[in-house]
Amino acid sequence: MAPQVFDQQLKKGSAELLILTLVEHRSRHGYEISKLIEERSGGALKFNVASFYPMLYRLEERGLIAGRWVEKAGQRRRRYYKLTAQGKDVLKTQRATWLDFVNAIHRITEAENA
Amino acid sequence: MPDWSKEIRSALERLNLEPTREHDVIEELSQHLDDRYEELLAKGVNAQQAYQTLHAELEDGRLSRELKSIIRKAHEPLSPGSSGPKKRLFGGLGRDLRYAVRQLRQSPAFAAVAILSLALGIGANTAIFQLLDAVRMRLLPVKAPEQLAAIRIANDGKGRTGNFFSNNSDLTSSIWNRLHSQQQGFSGVAAWSAIQRNLSQGGEARNANTLMVSGDFFSMLGIRPVLGRLLSPADDYRGCGTQGAVLSYAFWQSEFGGRESALGSKLTLDRQIFQVIGVTPPSFHGVDIGKDFDAAVALCSETAFEQKDSWSDDPQVWWLAVLGRLKPGWTIERASAQLAAISPGIFTASLPPKYDSINKANYLTFRLGATRADKGVSDLRRSAQNPLYILLALSALVLLLACTNLANLLLARATARQREMALRLTLGASRLRLTRQVLAESLLLAVLGTAVGVGLAQLLSRGLITMLGSGRNPVILDMSLDWRVLSFAAGLAGITCILFGLTPALQAFSTDPGSAMKANGRSTTAGREHFLLRRILIVTQVALALVLLSGALLFARSFRNLLALNAGFEQDHILTAEFNYSALHLPQERRPAFQKDLLDRVSAIPGVQSVASTFIVPISHSGWDDNIDVPGGPQRQTIWFNSVSPSFFQTLRIPLVSGRDFNDLDTPTSPRVAVVSETFARKFFQGANPVGKIVTDSGKPDKTYQIIGMVKDMKYQNLREDFLPILFVSSTQDKDLGEGVTLMIRSNDSMESLASAVKRVAADVNPSMVLTLSIFRTEIKEDLSGERLMANLTGFFGALAIILAIVGIYGVISYMVARRKGEIGVRMALGAARRNILVMIVREAFILLGIGTLIGTAIAIAVGVMARSMLFGLKAYDPVILGSSILGLAVIVILSSLLPARRAASIDPMVVLREE
Repeated sequence: MAPQVFDQQLKKGSAELLILTLVEHRSRHGYEISKLIEERSGGALKFNVASFYPMLYRLEERGLIAGRWVEKAGQRRRRYYKLTAQGKDVLKTQRATWLDFVNAIHRITEAENA
Repeated sequence: MPDWSKEIRSALERLNLEPTREHDVIEELSQHLDDRYEELLAKGVNAQQAYQTLHAELEDGRLSRELKSIIRKAHEPLSPGSSGPKKRLFGGLGRDLRYAVRQLRQSPAFAAVAILSLALGIGANTAIFQLLDAVRMRLLPVKAPEQLAAIRIANDGKGRTGNFFSNNSDLTSSIWNRLHSQQQGFSGVAAWSAIQRNLSQGGEARNANTLMVSGDFFSMLGIRPVLGRLLSPADDYRGCGTQGAVLSYAFWQSEFGGRESALGSKLTLDRQIFQVIGVTPPSFHGVDIGKDFDAAVALCSETAFEQKDSWSDDPQVWWLAVLGRLKPGWTIERASAQLAAISPGIFTASLPPKYDSINKANYLTFRLGATRADKGVSDLRRSAQNPLYILLALSALVLLLACTNLANLLLARATARQREMALRLTLGASRLRLTRQVLAESLLLAVLGTAVGVGLAQLLSRGLITMLGSGRNPVILDMSLDWRVLSFAAGLAGITCILFGLTPALQAFSTDPGSAMKANGRSTTAGREHFLLRRILIVTQVALALVLLSGALLFARSFRNLLALNAGFEQDHILTAEFNYSALHLPQERRPAFQKDLLDRVSAIPGVQSVASTFIVPISHSGWDDNIDVPGGPQRQTIWFNSVSPSFFQTLRIPLVSGRDFNDLDTPTSPRVAVVSETFARKFFQGANPVGKIVTDSGKPDKTYQIIGMVKDMKYQNLREDFLPILFVSSTQDKDLGEGVTLMIRSNDSMESLASAVKRVAADVNPSMVLTLSIFRTEIKEDLSGERLMANLTGFFGALAIILAIVGIYGVISYMVARRKGEIGVRMALGAARRNILVMIVREAFILLGIGTLIGTAIAIAVGVMARSMLFGLKAYDPVILGSSILGLAVIVILSSLLPARRAASIDPMVVLREE
């Protein structure tokens, strides 16, 4: 049980960073975001609908992303999310923190292995 | 494709999201699930399995758990919505008020007009009520005022004869002394008398309101000194002379700068020296409401002032008022019964020996009685009460008018918001809640209007007090706000709120959402019944404005009648100078020469045309009446006397109709002569020339007068009275001159320079002589202060009424025209000429004017009848005044309906019908 719980926590902790990164340069809808996470992580990261959307809404609530309904000809309207200015700042620090963290982990694991 | 929305909704159910948010979430998540479903199918998963996979994602309650902390729940329903989560009666009242504030802030002009007109109405009402409260309702600021009673002659028709020396001359000293020792119902009784006494030792008089009080006055009332001590029974004994004086707090402040060293200082009252022994508390102004006192001295000092003519020893001098404090267990009725029981003894023992038999018999019928005096005694109460009630009634009408105007304005707003109301009703708002919300706006207006009004009232009531009093007789009243005034204002707020808030509220309550939504704010057949309401409002306004307008005209005419009245004499350019030479201690035989010398010196002042002495100054509210017998004619007829010097008629420009004026040949030793007025001649000689006729002072056969002349009628005590039968006697024949003389001086010079010249003359004759100067015309004008107050205030109300009526009628008619635009358009399309439309609108206004006039006339007549005693030279239903008021209103109605009517007539039917 324990490794899976760890997985869950890790997933959650990283999910924010992932979502923010994906909407950094263009706005995307929820399904697209979750699909991209799944694809780009090679299936390692997967969110079901009940946990993914609450995350999106939480980010929106905190003002890091902004969602709006967009209608395109011949399609159902969809809700697109994009990064806000505040979200950009947060993304920057989160990225740096993750990088530091990964580097630190890396240094430790490398040193042990060396 | 499965429909996910139901499953998502049930997963979200417990979250109670706002409807729009819930809808968004469902839509977004459904799309996601649809995409995933298709994706699964594309990967080759069968439909059943795909559905189950996705269904499982929703099942475990995670969604709602996760969302719970993120998505805000729906707000409590908005104020215009339902009755709130807890269906309390006043749930959401705060929100209603906040909403009302927002509504008012959106239309500041409306709010300002509404609040200002309410404030004026409420301010006027509160100010007048405040005066009534101070005059009528306040308890005396003394210990247990409810135990106090005034003791007077209970069955005093008009039989008391003798001399009366103050406004509260209820009893004589001899009655008081016996009453004091024989009464049983009171734990204490005290006598008092208010008299003006001169503070200066010579030159121009400076009067102090002096209370002469019996020794137990202060202890009976329970007054404690703020400094020194008050008078006690030990100070009041026969032959006490002049000893201690107690000062009022205000007098102590103004004359002695509030210094403690005032104790022991000297105070001169009518040249008698008193020593200051104490000061009363600031709340105590005596027991006569509307008056204040400066100093109080013991009753026994009276003999020092009047010396040999002592009032205390004269059973014909009425100068005392008596208050008593009921013993525990005694009621007013029981005390009155006891007083009645001891009355025969008291009146028999105090019977004035000089009375004739008729007066004696009358005197013996007197009975003493007690009346409540918890609010003090007051002359003002008698004189000001009716005018104040009338003013209160008129100001209530102004307020009513302001309320109808507001009702109109609010109604127009409510109609404009009818669609909004309908929408809310459709969305589930309760009617009660909507009604309450409309009422909240009215309540807010009422509260704000009242707050401003109460502030205004403080200024107004103080202005009213100065108008009630006169320079010589200022009215002093405690005008602090008490619970009665505040509850009156609060009551007004409540009533006005209901008055102007109810119609729009009822309209909100009875909104029919279906038709309101369909009507979309304009329709050819819009709201018949709402026009009815508005028509009633116009009729009310016309009626109220008519009442106020005719009231204003009545009082203005009455005041003008009094001003323009022919009093029988010319009041301009006359200075009245009252000389008191008692300080000179002249013996009786030297007084005629002294007075003659004084008169001659004043006559010699440059610019003086004529001078005369008079015992009674006309229109000074003093009088001298006595009975006469006409030999061979009527006996014991009450007539009015005056003792004047030669050239009195010339000075006052009273024309001599026949015979001659008095002259210096009329001396104490020559036969007594008299001049009579025309009314006198009409009454006793049927209009025949009275010159040469004889009349006799009843019961005094030695006083027989031969009539030597007849003059035109003149007013005697006041301007309002009818001409009285007057008999003038010559002061040159007076064998018993007093130590004072009043001169009336006619001069072309200014009154100021004349006054200083008279002062110089008085100082030349003897500097210790005391002089009181007044301008005759000013005194007469001050006599009309009550009428002036009524004329000014009713005029103000009338003007206010006109403004309110113009605004109101114009507003309503414009509104009705605007609402009937469609109908007018149809009429014109069907061939009605512009003139027809104009006539239609104006005719309607005139019908309303007619109904309003009928109602208003009835009320105006009722108000006139109520005020009849206050009107001079007018009937309560003066046709000219009513006619001109109606005419004035007709003009107002035409003017305020013509503009909207012309606008209606210029409607382009094509444009209107296209709008439809």
